[in-house]
Amino acid sequence: MTARPADIATYNFAYLDEQTKRMIRRAILKGIAIPGYQVPFASREMPMPYGWGTGGVQVTASIIGPEDVLKVIDQGADDTTNAVSIRAFFKKVANVAVTTETAKATIIQTRHRIPEHPLTAGQVLVYQVPIPEPLRFLEPRETETRKMHALEEYGLMHVKLYEDIARHGRIATTYAYPVKVEGRYVMDPSPTPKFDNPKMHRSPALQLFGAGREKRIYALPPFTDVVSLDFEDHPFEVQTFDQPCALCAAENVYLDEVILDDHGGHMFVCSDTDHCEKRREQGHRGHLAPETPPALEKTEPAQ
Amino acid sequence: MDIATQAIEGGFVDPVFDAQTVFRAVMDAMARPGTLQPLPVFARPPAPLSTTAGAIALALCDNDTPLWLDLVLQAPAAIKSWLGFHTGAPLANTPADAHFALIATPAEMMALDGFSQGTQDYPDRSTTLILQVSDLVSGAPLLLEGPGIETTATIAPAQMPRHFVEQWKQNNQRFPRGVDIILATPEGVACLPRTTRIKTMEA
Repeated sequence: MTARPADIATYNFAYLDEQTKRMIRRAILKGIAIPGYQVPFASREMPMPYGWGTGGVQVTASIIGPEDVLKVIDQGADDTTNAVSIRAFFKKVANVAVTTETAKATIIQTRHRIPEHPLTAGQVLVYQVPIPEPLRFLEPRETETRKMHALEEYGLMHVKLYEDIARHGRIATTYAYPVKVEGRYVMDPSPTPKFDNPKMHRSPALQLFGAGREKRIYALPPFTDVVSLDFEDHPFEVQTFDQPCALCAAENVYLDEVILDDHGGHMFVCSDTDHCEKRREQGHRGHLAPETPPALEKTEPAQ
Repeated sequence: MDIATQAIEGGFVDPVFDAQTVFRAVMDAMARPGTLQPLPVFARPPAPLSTTAGAIALALCDNDTPLWLDLVLQAPAAIKSWLGFHTGAPLANTPADAHFALIATPAEMMALDGFSQGTQDYPDRSTTLILQVSDLVSGAPLLLEGPGIETTATIAPAQMPRHFVEQWKQNNQRFPRGVDIILATPEGVACLPRTTRIKTMEA
């Protein structure tokens, strides 16, 4: 189905009313000016439940314009439920062009991955964040965590990482791995695998984080120092995989395990579907790749 | 033109898309300090409020954001009624109450620390200063570095406040508290968020 312009007339452009957009836009500007600081905002109810990316959707709705090209990913994939519905939502309420190709998008809304294709200046990466407060599981009281951020008192987080080492012999945190921004605020990078943390450091793209239920927005301007917390004798390191992607043979990318049958058969494939398809188009083939790669629609222009 | 007409005319022609375009320019300028983000003329406020500063006020201000005007902008009643009609923003009693400050003559403005700096707990509760300057090339050059800047950037905004480099250094030292500056030129916007550091240039 194609959305005719008449279909969007019952909503304001991009669903949100203008006063809400102004409020969110002001929060985004403060977030950019204070990298890593969680700016409170008056999160609205959206036509989807909290936990389905309402924070990211509100941020995207506040920045998007008719010229933008939107990509939405869910755990790296363009074709899973959350990504498909949010893409359809913005096609309907903002009538923007959508794409699955990382390089063609101007705004990329993401749930828990950073695309493998390097981001460029001018792109905006919008994260959906469930729990924006990195200290929340260590200290449940908002009044206390706020004070800890104010006083730059992050000893508790280091104790937590140390306890990991004491118990497991290594830092066992593998996702939502805490980072320090510009040497000041400790920030939750959202539940991205720690594999993606180095991509945040001095990225040329603007990164915006929206937490709808928790009513916080934060941001990383381009070229901002983002350092994963670690110890001198236990330096931060990312996951490595001992085999390449089974479909496109890519190495040094983040892989998902896919169960093939109930006899323990499994394979590892790229979590970033766009990256994997691009490589297969270029002729890369993993050991489980089908003979002919499927032809997929990539970009749909605005109507 | 009487005051009533001046107050009503000169707003956004297309409020939704004009506000979005202005905001994206300000967002990109804030994310990349020292770059000029071009803006066409969207608003025609009464003089001496500039078209760019007026458009930024329309895009960002509403009844939630007390506004402070400098002496030059406070004088003509038309400006207050234009901002009141188009944004609904109340006027702040003191600079420290303002969420946004519109400043037409930055060279004569009060010290930056007279505005709200936010608190250590809520550093976002600070004043954003919108300074009207004629250009970004004819003033004293400022060498910028910090988040959003790959290596360094240079701008030379005209009519900047007195002792600006010294005042900005103090603003940096208050981090995370401090004010952010939006420079409104006739061509577009550039920003100096509180994280941007000014390296002193050798004479």
